[in-house]
Parts: sequence; structure tokens; C-alpha cells
Amino acid sequence: MNFDDTPQEADFRARAAAWIANNAPFELGPELDVSGFGHLHLHSVDRIAAAKAWQKKKFDAGWAALRWPREYGGAGASPIEQVIWSEEEGVFGKLSGPFNIGFGMCGPTVMAWASEEQKRHLLPRLAAGEDIWCQLFSEPVAGSDLAGIRTKAVQDGDPGSEAGAGDWIINGQKIWTSGARDADWGLLITRTDPTVLKHRGLTMFFLDMKSPGVEIRPIWQMNEESVFNEVYFTDVRIPDAQRLGEVGQGWTVALTTLMNERMSIGGSMPTGFPQLLDLCTQIETENGPAIDDPRVRSQLARFAVRASGLQYSAFRSISALSRGEQPGPENSIGKLVAGAMMQDIARFALDLEGEAGLLQDKELAPDRARFQEMLLRSPATRIEGGSDEVLRNIIAERVLGLPADIRADKDVPFDQIPTAASAKR
Amino acid sequence: MQFDFSDDQKELRDGVRRLLDQRCPISVVRAVADGEAGHSAELWREIGESGFLAAAVPEQYGGVGAGYLELCLVAQELGRSLAPLPTVSSVYQASEALLIAGSDAQKAAWLPRLASGAAIGTVALAERPGETTPGAIAATVRGGKLSGVKIPVADGIAADLAIVLAKDEAGGQSLFLADLGAAGVTREGVKTIDPTRKHARLSFADTPVEPLGAAGQGWALLDRVRDRAAVLTAFEQIGGAEAALFMARDYALQRFAFGRQIGSFQAIKHMLADMYVALELARSNCYYGAWALSVDSDTLPAAAASARVAATQAYQLCSANTIQVHGGMGFTWEFDCHLHYRRSNYLALALGGASLWESRLIAAIRPRAA
Repeated sequence: MNFDDTPQEADFRARAAAWIANNAPFELGPELDVSGFGHLHLHSVDRIAAAKAWQKKKFDAGWAALRWPREYGGAGASPIEQVIWSEEEGVFGKLSGPFNIGFGMCGPTVMAWASEEQKRHLLPRLAAGEDIWCQLFSEPVAGSDLAGIRTKAVQDGDPGSEAGAGDWIINGQKIWTSGARDADWGLLITRTDPTVLKHRGLTMFFLDMKSPGVEIRPIWQMNEESVFNEVYFTDVRIPDAQRLGEVGQGWTVALTTLMNERMSIGGSMPTGFPQLLDLCTQIETENGPAIDDPRVRSQLARFAVRASGLQYSAFRSISALSRGEQPGPENSIGKLVAGAMMQDIARFALDLEGEAGLLQDKELAPDRARFQEMLLRSPATRIEGGSDEVLRNIIAERVLGLPADIRADKDVPFDQIPTAASAKR
Repeated sequence: MQFDFSDDQKELRDGVRRLLDQRCPISVVRAVADGEAGHSAELWREIGESGFLAAAVPEQYGGVGAGYLELCLVAQELGRSLAPLPTVSSVYQASEALLIAGSDAQKAAWLPRLASGAAIGTVALAERPGETTPGAIAATVRGGKLSGVKIPVADGIAADLAIVLAKDEAGGQSLFLADLGAAGVTREGVKTIDPTRKHARLSFADTPVEPLGAAGQGWALLDRVRDRAAVLTAFEQIGGAEAALFMARDYALQRFAFGRQIGSFQAIKHMLADMYVALELARSNCYYGAWALSVDSDTLPAAAASARVAATQAYQLCSANTIQVHGGMGFTWEFDCHLHYRRSNYLALALGGASLWESRLIAAIRPRAA
């Protein structure tokens, strides 16, 4: 048990800190500091341009994609060095927002399943901030039941096809695609055989988001933003070379993505606790600052131990990773705890603010409406990337060894599984 | 950074677990619950001889000088097995108070005996309902003689030594060391919510005592003792929480209703998942507390309070929900669920209750005025 840096880690930290001090876009610091969570907000500059510039700078100096192998544009660093880097990068880490899905989910999937040539082409471009990736998984009828997706991929079997023999032709719709409008590439799961069991008829591809037939429609969210999108596919062609894994092996490939998603989302999730602690020292009550009120203290302490528990749990995972252990389902607790916590903290903060807690105007609301934005964003956190309920199932089944749910679609070919439509007939 | 126990430490933990599996089956816990004795003397002797209790005591005072990390893991196993032993009072508090505040003579006189289990120490603090604060202390020492009543005192029936917080002649509050074999000590067993670790009322009538630590520093010293004891107690709490969680898990796998294992219902699965989450958050806080304790970090007050608050919550949740999962059978004396429920609620109050530790935590982490 040791929290101190080893001499090697201390050296890494010193080099990282020195490089950041000389290279970070400090002019964006104040804006980044107040940028909400879950989505990068910048007003003085284009956020994608700013994100790409910082990523490129890091890449050129060898600080990008730290844990990836060097041949794929990474730095071959250890998990602990990655943590040290994040600590030193601080607020500038928010600039990685547009690349998070690439680094956290799509990149690792490409690394595990693509050809060597593809990896050497795609991964360094991602590391250098040249490409942005999105994840095309969820559909209107397939959220928690992800394997129930219906987007169809049919191979062009005409040997004389002018468009490209052996290409896959995609038709269907994805939804909740974060950052689709900024994305160059998408990781796409499709159904290639509806006559076999649900999990067996799936195939994974990666797709050029500028392909003809791809139409992206922003979703206007309840929090007055449009980060999520719908993506429609009309006869979109994907070369067979862009298939990841075998035909019918898509679910196995998706599990690579989902496992990395859990690690990537849960480990780095903000909770709003440090900001709440500050608020409690600033808000005045009749008996002095709110933090001196025993009821406030009690609730604050309960948030505090959840926040520190999450942080130290991440350290435990990192330590396990650095010993060569694989990230397991126990990492599901990160997002499960952080999501509900953001919502609870937002409500608690608004309560402390009194009627001024109603104000959402940044110029008028306490703390530039930070907690109001959190209140309105947090419902999504509890759903995206595995809902609270799915995460509890994962913990119960995969960690505690409880039986899987009894499924009505077990042993039923996909095209015979009951749906809302079939129920009406 | 390496945020885990070492292989050697885990081996020690496994050794303690094996010993307790053999020597502390639930029948030993129940014998104490059903009997008059405040703890299992036989188990205490055995654990004492093994040296596990002395993990953090320096060798010059009869300890094994291993360290606090080792003692934390011992505590976790004692909690898991519901060990009916005076650990919180004697090992985590009295020994630590002597280490922090004792004179060489006091340490030499008591620590070797506490480390081996030959003697039992306790801390006598509370006198009346409500959080114990300076205004709640009436016990007084005049001319080296203590008078007053302390209730409830953990392991007060069997203890050989009490560390007592009392008013001193200068008007301050100080710690005093009372040999309970001395004149003027009356002990009376009191019924508490956890009969596997019994308590007493201790009355002192002109009992000779000696000061422990500097005069007027009673609360400051007690705070330091409590920070250390909080980490160690928190490990007992997560050990107990884990045992309660797996007791519920095993029952959910074995019990059938509506033609299926009740563990296949999401209502049960999600309850168990929440118990697991609370336990793991507490465990992570406890690991940090263990580290802070082992290196005597400046962050110990915050780390100890975090471990304490999280572990109290986790054990209370797990022990309450294990009864819920067991249904009506969980409410019987025969099933073991209530032993965890009782223990979790006793440990929640030992060292001061949840609200006290919540307040201590915020005091430790609040941003300082610029």
C-alpha cells in the first residue's frame, strides 16, 4: 500500500508538468473551468478546432494515447502514468471530450479486431486528433436490450456489381449517437442474419461517416442541447474489409467495446462534489456559512465518502491493471454511483440556493448555473452507456453470481421474438 | 502508487481467516450472546497468543511490530467472523491511547499485557444520553482520586484497565488511567443492543488514577486515538458487511419462490447490487484510511472519518437488507442475520455515532478561508 510516486513516477510527473506548463492553452483555462460536465462548452473558439489542436500538440510531443503501443501512435505508458498525466493535465483534459469515445471504446475495439494495416492507419490518426469516432450501437427499439438491434446489413452478392462486389449494404437507424456530426468514423453494429438467435446474427463494421446515404439528425434534448443524434442509413455501402470480426461474431466484438466503455466512463466521471463543497462555504445562512449547519454537514459527508470511494476505487482498479489484471465487471460501480450522485448533488445544491436555485440564467444564477445544468443533464447519465438497472444486473450476475433474468426471447430466432407490433396483430 | 495490500499481508489475512473459521464458528458467538460473559475468553487467549492483536505494537512493548496495515486486515477478519472479543476497546483504543500518550513506565506496565491479551483495556467516556461533549462530562479527579459514573463502557465487566476522560483540578478535561482492580470501582453489566460484546456501568468512588498524557489535553488526545480506532473499526465493519452480503446472496440462490430462485428477481438482485456498491465504496475508503494510518499521514483525520462514515453506512445497509432477503426467517433468533444487525448498530455507535463522524469529516476537508 503506497500512495507516493516511485522515483520513475515522480520523474514522469515532473516531465508531464513541465511540458504542460509550457504548452497548454492557458487562455482557455477559465472557460474550461466552468465548462459543464458531459459536454465541452467553449464560446471564444471553435471547440472541435481547440480540441484537435491540443490533441495534435500532445501527439507531436509524445503525450497522446499514453497507454497505446507506440506503433499505433501511443506512448506505451503504464496505467499509473496515465493517471499521473490526467492529474497534471487537469482542466485541459476536458479538451479531450470529442475524442473520448474514440479513445475509450472505438480505438480499443479496432485494436482488438482490425487488420494490422488498418490499425497502423486508423489508430495514429485518432491519437493525433485527426479523426473523431462515434459509436453506432443503440436503436429506437434496442437500448438496454442492445442485441435486439435491427439495422440491416446485406452483402452485395453480384460479382459484377459496379458499386463494389462483396460490399455490405446498410439500411436502418441508430439513435443516441454522441458527437455523430463531428465524427469521421463510426463503429457500427448490424444484423446480418435475422433467422438465428438474437446474439448470433450480428456483425460489426467501421464506417466512413461521410459515406453517401448517411443522414444525421440532431436530437433536441430536455436540457436544451443537441449532443445526441439520430443516424439514418439508406443503402450505405461498406467495403467488406471494414468488417471487424467474422460475420455473426458482432456480439463478441461489441463486448470488447462495452467492457472498455465501462472502464472508460466509470473511471473518469465527475460527480460535482468539489464544487458542492465550495458552494457550501459560500452560501450564507443565518448561522454563518451553510457548511457549519449540522444537517448540511451530514449530507455533505455522505456525498464526500461516495466521491472519495469512487476515486479510491479507481485507484484500486489502476493498481490491479498495473499488475496485469483485466478490468472486470466490478468497474460497473463507477457510473452507477456517479450518475445518481450528480442528480442528488444538483438537487441538494439548488435547495441550498433557496429560490435563487430556480435561476438558470448564467449571469444571474449562483455559480453560473452549474448545478442547474447538472440537474438537467444528470438524467441522461443514469441511462447512457448502461442504465442504472443494467449496471445493477451486471453486478448482481457477473460479480455476485446471481442467476440471469428469465428471458422471453431465449432460444427464439430473432425474427420470431415478440415485439410491440407482433403483440397488436 | 500501489493501492492494495501486499501478497504477504494477504497471506496473513488468509491465516487469520483460517484460524477464525476453526476457532470462531457462529456457535462461539452465540455462546457469548446467550451467556453471562462479556466475550469469549478462550478465543481471546488464543488470538492473543497468535500475536495478531499485537501487529501494530512495537517489539519493545511486546508487540510484533508488523504494522497497521496488518492490523487492519486482522480487524476485517474479526468483523467477518463476528468475533465476540474486546477489540474495539482494548486493541484499537486503549493500546493506541497508551502508544500516543503513555509515559515509558505506563507503556511498559500495560502494553505487553494488552498486546498478548493477558489484560483488557477500555475507554470510559460517555455518562449520559446525547453526544458526549465537554459539557457532558461530570466525572472528576481530585488529589489523584476519580469519582463519577461512566455508562456504557465496552467490555467494562472484564476490563483490567480503563482510560477515563474526567475533569481535572485545573478545570480542564484530561485522560486518566484507572487500574480497575483498585479501590472504589463498582462494575455492573448493562444490557445493550449487541450481547456478543457486552458493556457495563463503571462507578468510581475515590478510585486512585494516574494522568495519561498532558493535563487539559483529554479531548485532543482522544481525537487522535479515535482517528486510529476509526480506521481499525471500519475494517471490522466492512468485514461484517461482506459477511452479511454473502449470507444474503447465498440465501437468494437457495430459496425458491414462484418456481424460481429468489435471486433471479431483479428486486432482490438490485438490492444485493446496492449492498455490494456500498461495501466497495467503503472498502476503498478503508484502504485509503489504512494507508494514512500506516504512514501517520496528515490526511489521517479526513481518511479516518471517510472510512468510518462509509463503513458504518455499508454495514448498516448490508445487515438490514440481509434480514429483508431472508424474509420472516431473518427475524428469528435462530437465524444469524440479527447478529450482524446488532453488531452493525453497536459498531455504528462505538467511537461516537454517524453524525459525529460526518461532522468530523467535513471539518477535516472543508476548504480553508483564503
